Amino acid sequence: MTEQAVIIGAGQAGAQGAQSLRAAGFSGRIVMLGAEPAPPYQRPPLSKAYLQGTLAAERLALKPHAFYAQNGIDLRLGVRARRIDRSAQRVETESGDAVAYDRLLMATGAPPRRLNCPGAELPGVHYLRTIADCEALRPVLAKASRLVIVGAGYIGLEVAASARKAGCAVTVLETQARVLQRVAGPEISAFLDARHRAEGVDLRLGARLSGFEGRGRIERAILAAGEIIDCDAALVGVGAAPEIALAVEAGLAIDNGVATDDQARTSDPAIWAAGDCASHPSRLYGRRLRLESVANAIEQAKVAGANMAGGDVTYDAVPWFWSDQYDIKLQTAGLAEGADAAVVRGDPALARFSVWSLRSGRVLAVDAVNDPASFLAAKKIIAAKTPIDAKSLADPATDLKSLAS
Amino acid sequence: MPKITYIEHNGTEHVVEAQVGVSVMEAAVKNMVPGIDADCGGACACATCHVYVDPAWLDKTGKAEPMEESMLDFAYQPKENSRLSCQITVRAELDGLIVRLPEFQG
Repeated sequence: MTEQAVIIGAGQAGAQGAQSLRAAGFSGRIVMLGAEPAPPYQRPPLSKAYLQGTLAAERLALKPHAFYAQNGIDLRLGVRARRIDRSAQRVETESGDAVAYDRLLMATGAPPRRLNCPGAELPGVHYLRTIADCEALRPVLAKASRLVIVGAGYIGLEVAASARKAGCAVTVLETQARVLQRVAGPEISAFLDARHRAEGVDLRLGARLSGFEGRGRIERAILAAGEIIDCDAALVGVGAAPEIALAVEAGLAIDNGVATDDQARTSDPAIWAAGDCASHPSRLYGRRLRLESVANAIEQAKVAGANMAGGDVTYDAVPWFWSDQYDIKLQTAGLAEGADAAVVRGDPALARFSVWSLRSGRVLAVDAVNDPASFLAAKKIIAAKTPIDAKSLADPATDLKSLAS
Repeated sequence: MPKITYIEHNGTEHVVEAQVGVSVMEAAVKNMVPGIDADCGGACACATCHVYVDPAWLDKTGKAEPMEESMLDFAYQPKENSRLSCQITVRAELDGLIVRLPEFQG
């Protein structure tokens, strides 16, 4: 049969997978199935500039319109895959079509976790993942509404910043003891906490949501401790769960998402997976990871695409993330779990500093606030597993570039 | 629309019509100019949109802000005329701009 690659998912990983597959010399057909009506686009602006209305819709697209036809990519939008028939090697869509493949990439992403509390289904309770979600949320900001945000992770904090900019009264509810607890250290949490409060965000840590109430739409949030917070809308950002239904039904190995090896291959030799939906073994950290980030989607999809074309590439990039809140640029390289020491360079009071997480004298991760040089140096140091002297690192006179080379 | 010329490391030239208001990086990505990766989508978070501005255009493109400068330190083979193209906004005055691309990004 003619070589035909199928990609399930038209997001960051799907688009990169298609590009890399073609770049590696694959000359067969590529069919991309995307559930959303929009061609592959960047999600980060959905909590920032696009939500604020300062970015035109066409600038969200990852590739120009002509890219797909020019690269022989049959992009089918608004098409949801229903089932993967691994023995027949074809993907069945919800509309009843069957698309044959000789190689398949799963890039289905990770939709937001939904709340399960009373009132969770009330109109006015928003999630944020897609352009449609963002466009539904934008009028809330335009009306300078009273907004309750559930979750002080990246999404919650970025929307809080955007909402304050729009003049909304914002209350953020977080069950943990500090913001960004899952992904950042105490120094970063403290810095962001202070900034959000200074910007007028009513930040409630250790607060548990009991449910929402209202007649016909949300009118208030009820906390477990009993307090009632009147509001016009709510935005829920309590994490994302990998979209694995197709993989489960098809019998692929699952382990915190679709399990892949270090070459992005699943338990089926004709199927690869990349991005938010997939986990991989990290040589750098010695454990299986599932990373929800643009960088992971891009890098893992590059590996998948190359290998789907017969390559032999291993996925081994340093994880990295960024978050823009107000005029703060937070960039994080690596993962800090298991750190036994932390070194702060610079001065949080000057809003330009970096926090280095070390274990056994090596850098695990760095959180850099308005300090891209430290971020970029850290990526090199982490990758090289350079032994670092904590005293030297803490000394502001030490030149990072020399440590990184 | 202002015209921008991107010259790849291997000498291949791409002349594109760029929209006023977008970045030099976006104009490249929109017109499928190879050699500019823009991994972070223009968020000044990755340094993979690195270009060398033609010396004749340094005045008009202006100087990099301190944050961009510090990121350029870590780009591949930075030079005096290095810029992150996501930080150069296309204006009418940049019609005819020439930038050269490094051999590698990131």
